[in-house]
Amino acid sequence: MKLVVNGSEVETKDGLTVSELLVEQNVKMPEMVSVEVDGQIVPREDFDATALKDGGKVEFLYFMGGGGGLN
Amino acid sequence: MDLTDQQIERYSRHIILEQIGGTGQAKLLDSKVLIVGAGGLGSPAGLYLAAAGVGTIGIIDADTVDMTNLQRQIIHHTADLNVNKVDSARAKMEAINPDVTVKTYHTWAKADNIREIIRDYDFVIDGTDNFPAKFLINDACYFERKAFSHAGILRFDGQLITILPGETTCYRCIFETPPPANAVPSCSQAGVLGVLAGVIGSLQATEAVKYVLGIGELLTGVLLTYNALTMQFRRINLNRNPNCVLCGDSPKITELKDEEQPVCDLKKD
Ligand SMILES: [Zn+2]
Repeated sequence: MKLVVNGSEVETKDGLTVSELLVEQNVKMPEMVSVEVDGQIVPREDFDATALKDGGKVEFLYFMGGGGGLN
Repeated sequence: MDLTDQQIERYSRHIILEQIGGTGQAKLLDSKVLIVGAGGLGSPAGLYLAAAGVGTIGIIDADTVDMTNLQRQIIHHTADLNVNKVDSARAKMEAINPDVTVKTYHTWAKADNIREIIRDYDFVIDGTDNFPAKFLINDACYFERKAFSHAGILRFDGQLITILPGETTCYRCIFETPPPANAVPSCSQAGVLGVLAGVIGSLQATEAVKYVLGIGELLTGVLLTYNALTMQFRRINLNRNPNCVLCGDSPKITELKDEEQPVCDLKKD
């Protein structure tokens, strides 16, 4: 199936979960990412159970501080 | 408010804009904007807001100017090393524009002082560098129903969103709690392109000016992301989250509290 991840089209196996997509997309620190699927934020505890659908729009949203790097 | 001849000259490039005019400039001179953090984001925001004639600018920071700040915190100069950041920032803003009254708060924003401070202002700019402060500002602005601009920067990436608390998507709609301390990029992995702070902090100042003037479309319900390496801006639509612990249908957070500070240990890297 096809997904649009952060604006780019991605081909994946059917029924991929949010957790699996995070691995597939090489997200090294999933704790630093919120995931929005088709306009809704997916609760972190549902990442394993949430299967994505063909044509789904996924956004990975990253925590960003102030860039000073000391906090 | 009547503008003096000198003000008409100083702000002439604003005044000739149809959307601003003399009336808009008077609104700016009458407005109050608070900047939390006199660092990378707060520097350009403070300088531009002072130049724009925002009549009262508040600035909160408990820190002093350090050599490592000077690569991006352009409101501070080499001669300001070890000076309180709020005093250094005030001097530059006043030097740019004597019309501006700068109020300094030499303290860290905390649950026990922030609500009282922001209450006096029309708009708040989050220019802080750590997650507990970002959550604190989001929550305090929610309880005070104060519009604010949230932003973050890291390495070559930056992002920002404008939040009208109770009306538009808030920071906790996107991120429920601060990330665990062990997930926050360690010091050696962090770092930031200096000019990136200028890009994002200037966008925050733009939102403050638009909010005060009531012009254009605010960056609400949309996270604007920017990557300096690819020069790509993206707008990510973000709906309000009915499960938001702060502004959702059954909020869990009903009073202001400090979040824990994840610690970055230099020795671990
Ligand atoms: Zn919310």
